[in-house]
Amino acid sequence: MLDKHQIAKRIAQELKDGYYVNLGIGIPTLVANYIPEGINVVLQSENGLLGIGPFPTDEEVDADLINAGKQTVSMLRGASLFSSAESFAMIRGGHVDLTVLGAMEVSENGDIANWKIPGKMVKGMGGAMDLVASAENIIVAMKHVNREGKSKLLKQCSLPLTGLNCVKKIVTELAVLDVLPQGGFKLLERAPGVSIEEIEKATDGKLLIEGEVPEMIIY
Amino acid sequence: MINKVVENADTAIHDIIDGSVLMLGGFGLCGIPENCIKALLKRGVKQLTCISNNAGVDDFGIGLMLQTKQVKKMIASYVGENAEFERQLLSGELEVELIPQGTLAERIRAGGAGIPAFFTPAGVGTEIAAGKEIREFEGKKYLMEGGLKADFALIKAWKGDTAGNLIFKGTARNFSPMMAAAGKTTIAEVEELVPAGDLDPNCIHTPGIYVKRIFQGKDYEKRIEQRTISKN
Repeated sequence: MLDKHQIAKRIAQELKDGYYVNLGIGIPTLVANYIPEGINVVLQSENGLLGIGPFPTDEEVDADLINAGKQTVSMLRGASLFSSAESFAMIRGGHVDLTVLGAMEVSENGDIANWKIPGKMVKGMGGAMDLVASAENIIVAMKHVNREGKSKLLKQCSLPLTGLNCVKKIVTELAVLDVLPQGGFKLLERAPGVSIEEIEKATDGKLLIEGEVPEMIIY
Repeated sequence: MINKVVENADTAIHDIIDGSVLMLGGFGLCGIPENCIKALLKRGVKQLTCISNNAGVDDFGIGLMLQTKQVKKMIASYVGENAEFERQLLSGELEVELIPQGTLAERIRAGGAGIPAFFTPAGVGTEIAAGKEIREFEGKKYLMEGGLKADFALIKAWKGDTAGNLIFKGTARNFSPMMAAAGKTTIAEVEELVPAGDLDPNCIHTPGIYVKRIFQGKDYEKRIEQRTISKN
């Protein structure tokens, strides 16, 4: 079973040289720590920054420089700054190559719910609806089951949706899965030491297993 | 050049009244108009509609105006990090309209740019699409969203000149340039106010035409929500 850092590491292996990437709040933010050596990716922050650098040192902290999670950040050499309208023009216009975000639920046809629990939690969608409506390539980083032990990979989402038919890949503590265009979660890799039965038990939606399912290799 | 300078925040906001519709710049607490918010607390105007990406935190930013119950309606994209907000929302004391962040930015941009409505894919198939016109372009569905305007836009810039030209710093720019254009009366507070001609025209982010009043801000706290630092 993977911890959140290993989930981030596994997702980082999906990055390709030259990608512009938007990382959501939580586990997705950690992906920035594991960008493979030898490839160049540029991280986009929807509050108006391309070229997010590492967290600053104590002396470098600048209240005017934060990421979308409101954490203080630094800028890489060659970074650029812009307004929120420009930022979402990049996102809607399809200029961002990969979006990684968290989710409460994903359905077997790629619907995602991650912004609201009616009557309980209303924090808002932030930029998530814009991101999932426009991105060609969306990876979800999340736990396979919720705190009550219920699967988060479902036939249909029960919570209010953030977007339709948009998730392409999911990485959880148990597995890597593709969401197929015709529907269904295709099991690609198992976390080290996790059996297919455990993944089946934790998956409510249609799970497709073809041949040997290899264990993940986390560099 | 037209001189836009007013003495301070109190004079800048003197004509904001009960029921005014306000836009307030900032993302989280980054780039919020701290001086104008303090002046609004002092002035005590109520029944305000506030359009801002976030609603501050409990004891800073717009959160302070929630404590004093000056806000009737909040239009935002993300309102976490604010317990009083969530309480007022769940109890029905506060009207809230949540809008996807990119749609919010574009609605404000459109409002200021004379575009009454536009189509966006954000929110198709979700509850925010309820009651909105859906149209298909090149095989994909889009929602119609309207431009947003406000009686007053309250924004904060890094540098500004007496003609109202503004330069922002870092990610403190966020929604402010669009709000500047979408406010009937736009009030800019700046960390550094200089004479017209001192700022390089090549570097202006917001041209002075959008700014009606500008003043030298003071005592900026610039609170950080998540101070995250590298260990080394």
